[in-house]
Amino acid sequence: MHRTKVKVAEDALDANTTIANANRGDFDRAGVSVVNFMSAPGAGKTTLLERVLAELDVRAGVLEGDVQGSADADRISALHLPVVQLNTDAGFGGECHLDANMVRSALGDLPLGELDLLVIENVGNLVCPAEFRVGEDARVMVSAVTEGEDKPLKYPLMFRTCELVLINKIDLLEHLEFDLDRFLYNLDAVHPGVERMLVSARTGEGTEAFRAWLEGVAKRAPAAA
Amino acid sequence: MHELSLSTAILDTTLRHAEGRRVKSVQMRIGAMRQVVPESLEFYFGIVTRDTDAAGAVLEVEYLPARLRCLGCGEEWEPELPMFRCPSCLRAEIETLSGTEFEIESIVVEEEEAGCIAPK
Repeated sequence: MHRTKVKVAEDALDANTTIANANRGDFDRAGVSVVNFMSAPGAGKTTLLERVLAELDVRAGVLEGDVQGSADADRISALHLPVVQLNTDAGFGGECHLDANMVRSALGDLPLGELDLLVIENVGNLVCPAEFRVGEDARVMVSAVTEGEDKPLKYPLMFRTCELVLINKIDLLEHLEFDLDRFLYNLDAVHPGVERMLVSARTGEGTEAFRAWLEGVAKRAPAAA
Repeated sequence: MHELSLSTAILDTTLRHAEGRRVKSVQMRIGAMRQVVPESLEFYFGIVTRDTDAAGAVLEVEYLPARLRCLGCGEEWEPELPMFRCPSCLRAEIETLSGTEFEIESIVVEEEEAGCIAPK
């Protein structure tokens, strides 16, 4: 027996990136723009989608990622949109994020040819989802004011990787000690100038702008071949 | 907490390159901006490699600091806090020189001696 050093020189996440690129190729061919929608658990992702997707002027579908259950998919399907639920609990104790391969496994269940926009609602988590690209065109995250001002500083990878940050639950601001200026200062320290919107999924305040933004993303995709 | 999924990714890449040989060690470079906790990564790597060709393999990681450069004034610095703005001219247009690495440089594998040695 002898020992040999094998040169690898490869990002350990390359395997995921390769599959993400394959997903992206399929999305492009179908003319679908894809948004990877991320946040901590309970920040209001599903409620925001319920607010904006029903009245969208493009054809949207949703891929729901959860450790377990179909509660979110059931809510979205009430909007009469194509929705597929992905559960990650087959993994090691329940994966805490979606990776490119999980998304790939669900593509056959989605009518991509009939969609302009696919929203992938990731598992609630501010850490792992930021590491794994799934083939998306844009990354959007939701940060609720109930989470505190320090979150951008604690999860810089997530906040830096998004092109839009939705600051949700602003209807609660009067009941909280949340310092919005401090939050925005921290956000600008981590991701200077990133687009941000103040919204309330509950009252609908500010969600019109998010709806228009999604419609803009849907129009980015090349027309289906 | 992402160390478990990262360990799995490291294992997958390692086994692909090991091509069935036993893995003795893995050499990596990980940047500070990946927010990896060294003890946690080591712990999970030990678990995910169980019953694989990499069981017992040592994870040897070189941790690299985050290093940024301002595209305006050229200032270079290593941020203590996650602050992505030039400390000198306050511009936000910066580039990352290092800190995002998550690279496997090499692996050390054990192989059987070949039955015969090819003539030179």
